Amino acid sequence: MKHKSFFWFVLPSALAMMLFIFFPIISVIVQSFHVEHEQVIKVVETCDLFGCKESTTIDQEASAARREAQPLGQFAGFTTYLDRNHLAVDAVKSTWGTSNSWRDFGSQMLNLPFYKAIGFTLTFTFVVTPLVIILGFVIAVAVNSATKLIRGPLIFFSLLPMMITPLVGALILFWMVDARGIIGTTLQHLAGDPDLSVKASTPLMWIMLMVYGVWHSAPFAFIVYYAGLQSINLETLEAARVDGANRWLQIRHVVIPHLLPLTTFIALMQLMDNFRVFEPIVSFSASAHATSLSWAIYNDLGGETRQMSSAAATSVLTIIGVAILLSPVLVRTWRDFDRK
Amino acid sequence: MFLKHAALASGLALMAGAAMADCQISGNVSIVGNEFPAIHTVANGAAECTGGEVKSNLTADHQKINVAGMQGNPAEYSSAIIANSSVVALMNEDVIRPLDDLVAEYGQDIPKNQLITIGGKVMAVAFMANAQTLAYRKDVLEEIGVDVPKTYEEALEAAEKIRAAGISQYPMGGAYAAGWNLAEEFVNMYIGHGGEFFKPGSAEVAINNEQGVAALNMMKSLTAYMNPDFLTHDSNATGAEMEAGNVILMNMWGSRMGNLMDAEGAEEQVYSNITVGGPLTVGGGKTSASTLWWDGWTVAKNISDEDAVATFLAMKHGTSPAILNDETMGQAVWMIDGYKPAPVNDGVFAAIAAGTTSYPMLPYMGLLHTALGDNLSDFLLGKESAEQALADAEAAYTAAAKEKGFLQ
Repeated sequence: MKHKSFFWFVLPSALAMMLFIFFPIISVIVQSFHVEHEQVIKVVETCDLFGCKESTTIDQEASAARREAQPLGQFAGFTTYLDRNHLAVDAVKSTWGTSNSWRDFGSQMLNLPFYKAIGFTLTFTFVVTPLVIILGFVIAVAVNSATKLIRGPLIFFSLLPMMITPLVGALILFWMVDARGIIGTTLQHLAGDPDLSVKASTPLMWIMLMVYGVWHSAPFAFIVYYAGLQSINLETLEAARVDGANRWLQIRHVVIPHLLPLTTFIALMQLMDNFRVFEPIVSFSASAHATSLSWAIYNDLGGETRQMSSAAATSVLTIIGVAILLSPVLVRTWRDFDRK
Repeated sequence: MFLKHAALASGLALMAGAAMADCQISGNVSIVGNEFPAIHTVANGAAECTGGEVKSNLTADHQKINVAGMQGNPAEYSSAIIANSSVVALMNEDVIRPLDDLVAEYGQDIPKNQLITIGGKVMAVAFMANAQTLAYRKDVLEEIGVDVPKTYEEALEAAEKIRAAGISQYPMGGAYAAGWNLAEEFVNMYIGHGGEFFKPGSAEVAINNEQGVAALNMMKSLTAYMNPDFLTHDSNATGAEMEAGNVILMNMWGSRMGNLMDAEGAEEQVYSNITVGGPLTVGGGKTSASTLWWDGWTVAKNISDEDAVATFLAMKHGTSPAILNDETMGQAVWMIDGYKPAPVNDGVFAAIAAGTTSYPMLPYMGLLHTALGDNLSDFLLGKESAEQALADAEAAYTAAAKEKGFLQ
């Protein structure tokens, strides 16, 4: 279409994106380069219900002048990015020098908060995304070949996990998986170990979180694939059947190639969504076993301590992480588009 | 004719209503605070004031919204109900105002020990005290022939006997959920061992020492007798375990003892035998392994003078002897005239009598609390040594303190 009409069509959403996405990201990036001013501490006497004692407090008048002059804080450059709660450059260097083996280096790195979070986030993303695609595809093919009579209810039940609010769904699973809940007791029975508790074991908790992730996102893949299956060329399928292809060969050579562009779309959405995993960690109270980048941001911001610059730096690192993750898919989409 | 009667009736009703409420304010009040029965009582008491609008927002997430809500000009909330640790957050951001002038004009009758002064200025008015002490099932202790534990070592022996007698596999309880709760248990245990958190006069942390390691080891020994899911159990969950009859000995907040001892949620044999004990000591020390907390109200800085006066009067009414009745008496250890202690408050009084330390009101304590909550669970899961866990907590604190400007 003409550039002028394109411009007018796109203007409202471009404005909204600038206002609600672009400018806030700029603000977060600017925040991540600043830290708070030096606090001036004074010793005072504090009296409460239980008596008086010496204590310290912030000298507000002394700090106020500095805050008025530079409300954003002092410029710190990349300090926040390189400190121990983020890329931990100093700690990594010293660990590299002192550790004896890759395993040793790995376990020391996982002790650092950012790398611990990234470890779980990447594992979650790369395990859940393919499983979601495969499971969604299987469900879609199964529902598509069901009789028209029960297809409606089948679709509804398949969509249920995605319809439930993530927090609520995860809480339901949390209580079922408790050592005295139905899934927990079944696991104890199957493993023959009466002391088995998912909530007390890190590997089992990771598996539980990933099971939740697949359970929650599979309906999305299902519904996209199901829509794609409706547009399959029936003549090609007929031809394949006439050529003697059995069910599996039909799926492999006709259905899957037809659904390939949709797979790219689902992979993109899932990579982005799973990289931002957060609700299951909160609902399962799993922060002792697994943390993620989004959880680290939430932890920094919540409560009384409100470490803004730290949260801002982690946010920027998350954006960079998502960009890196998506680059292969985006490059391929660009190449496909370019070719046409 | 009917209209005249109606007008007369409503006039009388209005006069009667005005006569009952002896609290007149000429400004608006907006309260933010935590969500438990005692705070509801205070907010309701404040709402009895007439002449202005009194709103309240009571939520368990109040610490996430109070600072932000009071930073605006005019502030969204004119009063925040806080405790030792949260008043520091408000003072650090300079959102509450000194109350000396308001106390001089309207609050001469407030008992002096309720006025929380920092640096000579009254910053909050306290109305209740709280502490974590022992809660135990007296019938089970009688059954195994053990006295009420006074130290954590005695509690461990009792737990072993309870397990050996087959009464309960996991008889110990406590709010050990990773995060704020776990850090609070460590703070208590560390103080019981006589540890200091920071190098004197500075914001440099100093917990990686023998008291810190001893505190962690005692916590590990206790968790051997706890439900294996202890890292997900906050006060509600561990309280539920006690009401279910699984937990026999528990370290619990005084403000929650009422919920444990009431007739709801537990069998008769359980709730009638739950008894409140005093705080435990540890390692042969004299200091209780617990901390004293006060809850109080503050007045925001970024509000108009008439709203400030209205807030002061409303909150003063909300924490005055007028709110005490049969229902509210047992909700907390009220530091109000006319308060009659009930058995449910024995623990907190014992804590005060034992000279328990109050939770440190330092501007950077919150950062240490968060760092502890994030890093101690690795030791309890057996993934790293106590020294390593403490070193990680110290490093996390130092990085956060540098970012907030407390360290260079």
